[in-house]
Amino acid sequence: MNLMTHLPVLIVVVPLLSAALCVLFNNRKSAWLITLLASFFCFYASINLIQIVQEVDVIIYSVGGWEAPLGIELRIDALNALMLLVLSGSAVLVSIYALKSVEKEIPVQNQVLFYTALLLVKAGLIGICVTGDAFNIFVFLEISSISTYALISLGHDRRALHASYQYLIMGTIGATFILIGIGFMYVMTGTLNIQDLSQRLPVVADTSAIRAAFAFLTIGVGIKAAMLPLHQWLPNAYAYSPSVVSTFLAATATKVAIYVLIRFQLSLFGIEFSLLQMPFNKILMILGTIGILGGSVSAIYQSNVKRMLAYSSVAQIGYILLAIGLASEPGFTAALLHIFNHALMKGTLFMALGLIAFRFASTELSVMSGIGKTMPLTMAAFLIGGLSLIGVPGTAGFISKWYLVTALLDASLWPLALVILIASVLTLIYIGRVIEVAYFQPAPEGITQQKVPKSMLVALWIFALSNIYFGLYSDISLGISSLAVNQLMGVTP
Amino acid sequence: MSIELLYILILIIPLITAVGVLLCHNKPDIRETVTIIGGISLLFVVANLALTYDFKEPVTLTLLEPFAGLSLALRLEPLGLVFALVAGFLWPVTSLYAIGYMRAHHEQNQTRFYTAFAISIFATMAIALSANLLTLFLAYEMLTLFTLPLVTHAGTDAARRAGWTYLGILMTTSIGFLLLAIIWTWSLTGTLEFTSGGILAGKAEPAILGGLLVLFVFGTGKAALMPFHRWLPAAMVAPTPVSALLHAVAVVKAGVFTIMKVAVYIFGIDLIGELDSAYWLSMLAGFTIISASIIAMNKDNLKARLAYSTISQLSYIILAAMLGVASGVMAGSLHIAMHAFAKITLFFCAGAILVSAHKTKVSELDGIGRTMPITMLAFLLASLSIVGLPPLGGSWSKWLLLQATMDAHNMVLLMVLLISSLLNLFYLVGIPLRAFFAKPVDPNYSLGIKEAPTFSLIAILITTAGCLVFFFLVNPAWNLVEQILP
Amino acid sequence: MNEILGHFNYGIVILLMMMGLYIVIASSNLIKKLIGISVFQVSVFILYITFGKITGGNPPIIVDNVDVYSNPLPHVLILTAIVVGVATTSVGLALIVRIREAYGSTDEDDINDIDKNDNFYLKNRSTT
Repeated sequence: MNLMTHLPVLIVVVPLLSAALCVLFNNRKSAWLITLLASFFCFYASINLIQIVQEVDVIIYSVGGWEAPLGIELRIDALNALMLLVLSGSAVLVSIYALKSVEKEIPVQNQVLFYTALLLVKAGLIGICVTGDAFNIFVFLEISSISTYALISLGHDRRALHASYQYLIMGTIGATFILIGIGFMYVMTGTLNIQDLSQRLPVVADTSAIRAAFAFLTIGVGIKAAMLPLHQWLPNAYAYSPSVVSTFLAATATKVAIYVLIRFQLSLFGIEFSLLQMPFNKILMILGTIGILGGSVSAIYQSNVKRMLAYSSVAQIGYILLAIGLASEPGFTAALLHIFNHALMKGTLFMALGLIAFRFASTELSVMSGIGKTMPLTMAAFLIGGLSLIGVPGTAGFISKWYLVTALLDASLWPLALVILIASVLTLIYIGRVIEVAYFQPAPEGITQQKVPKSMLVALWIFALSNIYFGLYSDISLGISSLAVNQLMGVTP
Repeated sequence: MSIELLYILILIIPLITAVGVLLCHNKPDIRETVTIIGGISLLFVVANLALTYDFKEPVTLTLLEPFAGLSLALRLEPLGLVFALVAGFLWPVTSLYAIGYMRAHHEQNQTRFYTAFAISIFATMAIALSANLLTLFLAYEMLTLFTLPLVTHAGTDAARRAGWTYLGILMTTSIGFLLLAIIWTWSLTGTLEFTSGGILAGKAEPAILGGLLVLFVFGTGKAALMPFHRWLPAAMVAPTPVSALLHAVAVVKAGVFTIMKVAVYIFGIDLIGELDSAYWLSMLAGFTIISASIIAMNKDNLKARLAYSTISQLSYIILAAMLGVASGVMAGSLHIAMHAFAKITLFFCAGAILVSAHKTKVSELDGIGRTMPITMLAFLLASLSIVGLPPLGGSWSKWLLLQATMDAHNMVLLMVLLISSLLNLFYLVGIPLRAFFAKPVDPNYSLGIKEAPTFSLIAILITTAGCLVFFFLVNPAWNLVEQILP
Repeated sequence: MNEILGHFNYGIVILLMMMGLYIVIASSNLIKKLIGISVFQVSVFILYITFGKITGGNPPIIVDNVDVYSNPLPHVLILTAIVVGVATTSVGLALIVRIREAYGSTDEDDINDIDKNDNFYLKNRSTT
């Protein structure tokens, strides 16, 4: 038995089993170690998978040797590989970061369970991104969501509990909607395999059942992706969850939901049906634009920096939706690039905030005065992340913004291009507020140089530097994105 | 030395200087020696480049290529050399001046000041050497960010507010308009390289190209064309050496330099001549010239008056670029250099008056010429250069500008320039005259006022000499700007 | 008549679904909201089970003389979904217990009021 051929399934199974191991060991140090090792394994696996996808072809793996459509098939094309890279990459960094952060923020008796839940979230999210089966997507989505609810509720502010509860209600409605949608598709075609579905759906596409399925799926995924106006759960959930969780969620969770959206809309229904026939492209563009402006403006008025970044995430999701709404090759490329790059910048920003929370037990703007002097390394990384978010050349954010604006201009939508750039200015304002307080206001009396754990700083800086690296050398991110777009456009009839 | 190495040296010397300044932060003498040495070696390298470079065989150095066809690259061309020479020459001079000024004025955070200053010069040099719009844009944004700590140097509430105005206007225009214009250009032509003769001709409808030009010109907020000029007076809260080098030379010239480059190498001068929007932009520049002069007349604060004068002078160059005639481009490029020397002298004098006499208002300067004769004489000469009277450098560029408006058959702008010269005469030359000939109101006025600090005085003399020398030795500069349009 | 009877299950599904959603939206009591969610989920389970029924189909056990079977797959799927539903409900209930400990109430309006009046971040540590 060659281990390499089983990588597609191992990348899900390893974190899943590690979660069980964590509980068995019931020791927080070893739980952390298991998490770290599992994350490294996933990262290693995803790099390998990407190479195979790029050099050979789409990977198809039949679980248990049962061929699709009878058996469950794991299918990894370039889009999946890209998502896996984002997921496992952030998972590694978050795991390194977790050791000290969890020690500080999570009560001792809960730490083992925290790592268990974290691994389950990873397994669930990775599962979504490898499976070629529509119902599996629902199951993995729920595995990750339920663990996420538990993780968010561990935030030290009691509002975390309520935020988690609200997310649970919204998330469950969303997941159930997805379930209904999958049910309708199954009834009309008799299959759950995505490849198979995409062949059979066009025949029955013009029926009310399929249209209903489309609507249910879209709303369901829209809730998970925090698409405006279904975003209300997100700001609280991000703001009050523990730093490790908010970092990981911000870098990955909504992206995976968007992946599901892309998968359903493009691979399943096809561009023709979902974007053009259903006028979903216009809806996406309008919602995306409102999301960009609304999210950015709301972010400006937040006094809690974590909440501010959460609203900024709503805006960034708007960018991605807008790009998908263009229904053109450059548009999809921009969307995928932004999924990748946004994970980098939000990861950096939330990690930096986690370090601040580590020292001051708060992420209110008011505690951050003079922090540029007392925590110079942390704030420098925050600055890099912020510049990337604004889209300054030389950072990853610039690349995706460039592609997005080019795509908009290609479609002669220059007013929207202007909106994007104005939103960049809004971003500048809310990042600028933090920078001003941190660098230009004096630190309160008695606060001197703050020590922070090395491991957290290392993880933070890897994130920060990758913002610059992928801003200067976009071969990797761009290569996979355009390959993914080619496959998406080729698959669709 | 190979040209590529010189490019690298030009960019790296300011950075090394910045690091050196940081390392010597508790030894002021060594720290300032480092700045001066950095400045002089930069000047040496730029001069070396100017002598060895052959514009017929341009050398491109590609630093990075984030994605295909879009790179960060350096290439020298005549316009860039003018800018690099001016900035490279004035940096060591300003450093010299700053030593006298900062010490006499007991400024705080001097290390941060010198570091940010050196990095700003790095960004300026990157602008001068940029081979394409992307490099230019990146360096342009860096310049905004690195000069921000200099603007907010005082750390007071007023300085912070000014910092927000500064950042807000410059960033909003550059990201909102300039970046949009750049990406639009990319999407129309598939390249951003500065190419002789332009890249946009025939690529789109004239209406679209006209709109693009408007985006470029308004997007370059550093050029301070009305209505995006508010940041420049706001930036005057910075220490005087900053106002002198950055807000009379490096930053604002980076703005007009960008417009010139776009006009010459992106649109091409012939295309500019055909666009209606270029005509209206040149009219707007004319309006800016006159109205900024009128505002300047009503400003009692000396630095504010100089700032509005700068706004007016910058629009000379925008106007020259928008005329769409070859003589306009040459006049504009020459004016970049001439105005730089004159305006930096004026700011030096304003700073000298501040540290020696603690005066900031024009109305308080009556009779100061008796105690600060050298400073005020320099002020007089520099003002005359700005007005454009011989025997000073400014007369050449003014003369060429007038000729360019005639070439473009634009009598309105010809009148604007003449009226503006008259206004200059009133609000600038009047100051030294009253300083020498008017009687101070207070009989004890002269008590306690002495000539500027020695270091500063040397710097003032150097730049004043520059204004004079340029009148007699204008040939090298002329030969250089002639090569912009082969 | 057959038409109506044939769609009877679907009618029930729609009724339950609307009831469930209505409870989630209208009730401010956290437990009632959770009940609403469960009702909503159950409606979808019924929907799936109804899909699986084939007219004249027998239970899917291979015996002689039977050719038409009901589709077993939706039942299997819904078993999974039921497990998911149970897990969600239990996590939700656990959260409600914690909320009750931290706020002393299970009413959403009360909780919002408490949060609004007591806006100082550091004071709001939960009793973990």
